[in-house]
Amino acid sequence: MANFFNDNEDIRFLFGHYDFRRIAALMEEDFRYNSEFDFAPADAADAVDNYRRLLELIGGLAGERIAPTAEHTDTVGNVLNSDGSVTYAPGIAEAIRLLGQADLMGFTLPYRYGGLNAPQLLYAMSNDIVSRADASLMNLYGLQGIAETINAFASDDIKEAYLPRLASGELTGAMVLTEPDAGSDLQAVKTRAYQNEAGEWFVHGVKRFITNGCGDVLLVLARTEPHISDGRGLSCLLVEKGPKVKVRRLEHKLGINGSPTCELFFDHAPARLIGQRQRGLITYVMSLMNGARLGIAAQRLGIGEAACREARNYALSRRQFGVAIDELPAVRDLLVDMSVDLQAARALTYYSAFCVDLERGLERRLEAGLDSDPEAVKQLRTEIRKYKSANKLLTPLAKYYSSEMSMRVANSAMAVLGGSGYMKDYPVERILRDSRITTIYEGTSQLQVVAAIGGVMSGALAGIVDEVLGAREWPAAVAPLVEQVRAGLKALETAVAYVKEHPEGIAYRDLYARKLVDMAVDLLIAALFCDQAAASERKLLVARRWLGECLPRGRALQERICSGETLTFTDFEALAVQPATAD
Amino acid sequence: MGYTSVVCVKQVPDTKRITGNAMREDGTVNRAALPAIFNPEDRNALEAALRVRDEHGGTVTVVTMGLPSACDVLREALERGADRCILITDRRAAASDTLATSYILSCAVGKLKPDLVFCGRQAIDGDTAQVGPQLAEKLGFTLMTYMEELALEGREARVTRNIGNGRETALARLPALFTVMESANEMRPAAMRKIMKFKKARAPMEIANSVKTALGVSATPEALAAETSRRTEELAARGLLIDQWNLDDIGARLEWCGGAGSPTRVNRVQSVVLAGGDYREFEPTQASIGQLVAELVQDHTIG
Repeated sequence: MANFFNDNEDIRFLFGHYDFRRIAALMEEDFRYNSEFDFAPADAADAVDNYRRLLELIGGLAGERIAPTAEHTDTVGNVLNSDGSVTYAPGIAEAIRLLGQADLMGFTLPYRYGGLNAPQLLYAMSNDIVSRADASLMNLYGLQGIAETINAFASDDIKEAYLPRLASGELTGAMVLTEPDAGSDLQAVKTRAYQNEAGEWFVHGVKRFITNGCGDVLLVLARTEPHISDGRGLSCLLVEKGPKVKVRRLEHKLGINGSPTCELFFDHAPARLIGQRQRGLITYVMSLMNGARLGIAAQRLGIGEAACREARNYALSRRQFGVAIDELPAVRDLLVDMSVDLQAARALTYYSAFCVDLERGLERRLEAGLDSDPEAVKQLRTEIRKYKSANKLLTPLAKYYSSEMSMRVANSAMAVLGGSGYMKDYPVERILRDSRITTIYEGTSQLQVVAAIGGVMSGALAGIVDEVLGAREWPAAVAPLVEQVRAGLKALETAVAYVKEHPEGIAYRDLYARKLVDMAVDLLIAALFCDQAAASERKLLVARRWLGECLPRGRALQERICSGETLTFTDFEALAVQPATAD
Repeated sequence: MGYTSVVCVKQVPDTKRITGNAMREDGTVNRAALPAIFNPEDRNALEAALRVRDEHGGTVTVVTMGLPSACDVLREALERGADRCILITDRRAAASDTLATSYILSCAVGKLKPDLVFCGRQAIDGDTAQVGPQLAEKLGFTLMTYMEELALEGREARVTRNIGNGRETALARLPALFTVMESANEMRPAAMRKIMKFKKARAPMEIANSVKTALGVSATPEALAAETSRRTEELAARGLLIDQWNLDDIGARLEWCGGAGSPTRVNRVQSVVLAGGDYREFEPTQASIGQLVAELVQDHTIG
């Protein structure tokens, strides 16, 4: 019986490594829900046992029921019918049904709306597991953030109308943001929303590249203030699937074929306002996006996991030059690189999810008024502020690193399989195709760098690394590694200081932003590996390998950043390819 | 209206995970060496019953006979949607063969007055496929073996049976007993909310055992009894008590139970090791094929 949780040593290690008992106490607000819901946990051990059972449940479904359908789903895709409805690939439809039966389609929602009140770290782990079975399914399974957004910002009657049915899998949702002329730049959204004399809302316009746009509950970003042309004129509205919402086309894509990507036309479709006007982009969508980015980061882990396993198994059985090819140093080294890269992304993504749980959990504790001592309340507020600012940085970094990792690892897997990998007979070509979208949607890698560079320049990132390294007694084997990370931080500081003083100012910073972020993210991951190495012999080896690679890379990056070279600005026309001429 | 369904399930050693020490010297199964699982086709039986309830309403009660450790499969049944579970456990039922087992089950199932009884086609440990049919006989229910599809209308069941070389559709009057094939359906996943709740369900004997462990050897019988009854009541109040019946509860005649009620005698157990060896070729002619069949009949391979 294939179980994608039980057979995954790394996820099981991290499940034990993170302090789920602390998260559980925060999520369960000192276990007060136990008296109201007979299935809610009575104490921390009970809750953590539930978390483990949840991962086993989803691991079994992923291994037994979902993974075997992935190839067929990729081949047949979804179908746009002549009446405008969309039929999911059979494997996708079945998976949604099963996950709904298992209570897993909305498990981060509160108990009262049919959820399991589960933490984000658990959700990240489950996304990791599901995406290994079929990356494209995660695009539907991973839409739980839509329900979370409704839960966080909508009125009680909207919550009651939709959340239980989203949690049961009866309804699916979509976040409807992108337009032909508003991709990365969502401030340019043109779709408008207006009220009639009775005060009812309607949405009118065209949206493009909408994942699961054929879903039932659409959260639409639309302009409610025609006179305000930027993001402050946008609001978030809920539109239900109906005759006034038309799926005009399904995109033909490179990969994730199980995920229907729709072009939608809203023909004065009836709508309901979520929360307050004008806060659509700046508050609600940013919150939705941050959740989605973490979800997407975890999706990449599953893709990386699948790629690593395909490569390892093939290398073990494929014989050339009289030996299994995993005896050859070049292949061996590639396999190690892939596995360490995957674990690096997992360390960063899970840590980000853990910090999001702490931020939200501590906020809930504050709101519930569980602490009466003013000193404790003050302490609580300080901690919340700390995690809030850390998460603004961690989420884009996790999204960035995981996405790039999944492409690298899928690409390497194809290198290991060689000609066989290029053929449809093996799943690697599908995994590679599925991986390519990951650096694009939910904000491109370049946009994640934009979101993170401020924190790198301000020293906030170095602060997080310090926090991870902390003032603690390190085991003798780990202590020298910790010193190497601290030395790396000094180098980062030097690079940052150089950029701050460069006469080109912000332009120079933007030119080298990605290199600065790469330097920083390497060190953050190194610190997380040190933390894991203190608890595991295997992770000590991983940490040593990681530092062996990332320290020289850091030196090269520092040298490059501090070179002052600006040929991209001064000689762009000579260096870039000539554009097509008009004749 | 809805139908009252009973599903008979068995906890079995996972014979798909045979390791070196799975069989003892004397040829019997070393149960400790194999993980205990829900007999696969009993899951299909449970799913069939749950589908009847989904469509028509009614209740699904799951019954198993065995040691208190068999409660693991009962908890799994609750997690997948069963309404009620009953553990039949009694030292005097030990060493029951299929005849005694089906007699004991008939006493218990009869008390529940079901319209429909579902059994897996056979268990993967004994592979006899006898308990279901014997149980139907003793209950006086219509027997429908090898069930793949079931449609109910009033007191009549339309059953598609897999008869090996094809399928037949048969009508059965209720009450009826069905033995369900693996190909009948795919078991629904456990529901997480039910897992969170029913992982805590216990039968009285399990409660007594855990009280013994908790209070230690020095505890007086009175203290043990008091704590056991406190925990039992607490679980009952939360709907987490697994019913436990012994042979007296079901009014079974002791001489028909356990070793006394089991005429089966194991004559000899052989460890058969299949290995490649000689082969013979038979010409594709009438006479040669006739010869092959005759030889196979003679050494009891067929017929």
